[in-house]
Amino acid sequence: MAEFWSGFLLPLIIMVLEILAITVPLLVAVAFMTYAERKIMGAMQLRQGPAIVGPFGLMQPFADGLKLFAKEQILPEGANRVVFYIAPMLTFFLALIAWAVIPFDYGVVLSNINVGVLYLFAISSLGVYGIVMAGWASNSRYAFLGALRSAAQMVSYEVSMGLIIITVLLCVGSLNLTDIVRAQETVWFCIPLLPMFVMFFISALAETNRAPFDLPEGESELVAGFMVEYSSAPFALFFLGEYANMILMSAMTSILFLGGWLPPLPFAPFTWVPGIVWFALKIAFCLFTYVWVRATVPRYRYDQLMRLGWKVFLPLSLFWVVLTAGVLVTFGWLPK
Amino acid sequence: MAFLDRAARSLFLTELLGGMALTLRYMFKPKVTINYPYEKGPISSRFRGEHVLRRYANGEERCIACKLCEAVCPALAITIEAEPRDDGSRRTTRYDIDMTKCIYCGLCQEACPVDAVVMGPNFEFSTESREELFYNKQKLLANGDRWEAEIAQNLAAEAPYR
Repeated sequence: MAEFWSGFLLPLIIMVLEILAITVPLLVAVAFMTYAERKIMGAMQLRQGPAIVGPFGLMQPFADGLKLFAKEQILPEGANRVVFYIAPMLTFFLALIAWAVIPFDYGVVLSNINVGVLYLFAISSLGVYGIVMAGWASNSRYAFLGALRSAAQMVSYEVSMGLIIITVLLCVGSLNLTDIVRAQETVWFCIPLLPMFVMFFISALAETNRAPFDLPEGESELVAGFMVEYSSAPFALFFLGEYANMILMSAMTSILFLGGWLPPLPFAPFTWVPGIVWFALKIAFCLFTYVWVRATVPRYRYDQLMRLGWKVFLPLSLFWVVLTAGVLVTFGWLPK
Repeated sequence: MAFLDRAARSLFLTELLGGMALTLRYMFKPKVTINYPYEKGPISSRFRGEHVLRRYANGEERCIACKLCEAVCPALAITIEAEPRDDGSRRTTRYDIDMTKCIYCGLCQEACPVDAVVMGPNFEFSTESREELFYNKQKLLANGDRWEAEIAQNLAAEAPYR
């Protein structure tokens, strides 16, 4: 019995508590992300944004959530019942499990695996499945077109994203996310790899289906894209998954280019602040930029989107991989 | 050269960054919206809102049943029936305005010789059913009692121009 307790049950309980310690703040962050988005976009459009529910409208996301879950669930006629309900769950689930490898501070990580980047990349690619399944299972033209667009878009931007990540890996010599952050102790990668940083950020926008690449849900022509037929709780799951994905992509950007939990300058007043706060601040900065971009630029046309992905980002990132590799080899800076 | 120029411009995202700077500047500008149900924008003294039937200070209703408003109403929203009262004065027995027909042109108010029917400053009179928008005399007089202060002020402000 003691063996069972110390060998299995205790680690299990600890693991569950650790998972809760990550997912609960994450979901709260998602809730307030929707609030922040509406507030910031409102401010940029000289509006007030939500201001009625609670002080400064801070309770708005919970009111919205309550409203969504209280609504009627509609199953479209001709929809594939099982796949229709699995799709939002998959999206939500994938957005959450990726957080297993994100290091919040030195050593503060759920599972410190050596292929962390590969894992993250695999999970974010799997995100397409939720969307394609939703579009197909709804048995609706709008949803299907939205899903097709989304799949094509995510696949094309993943190619250049992969090359950008390779550039970072060349400079680090490891796929472990903790090692990637520690390699930036002298200088954050956003400075020597600035073009890659910008391209990664733009690709992340496309990957999370955010404006100006929000074609899959382009409401002017596809109503709401792959989630037209969803209502109530499944819709809320899609929504949560999408915003959790945005936060995940911001975390990835912070880890790969903005030095993760590292303070901006390695001396006294900055090092007093705990690393997790710096990490949260960097994520918040990326998220703010997401919203900022959304409030600024109009939506891309579909052919422009594909042109940007394949004819601009792919050659540029490929060129930069070769350039980085050449520079590292020439000056003997390759990590051991 | 033109090609190089264009390529450099798009590669360095100059226009995008310019646009982003603009939105960021706008973020710190004062807001133009107000907290509507709690704060309200100013309304002109000529505003044409919900109709009212007014009374004199002694409580006597102003309307003399001349039916000018009924005649002038382009939407045929007003229905009036009248007969002499016991004291011999001519009064309406029925004064209905169908608010679903009304186009808020203000001609009834212009036509009225005794300032009895006036369009008040109230624009928040939505109802949950259609029937509630068929106003009768009682409802219109109640409106008049409710908005008399504002209406008297508006009429005084507009008097020099009429």
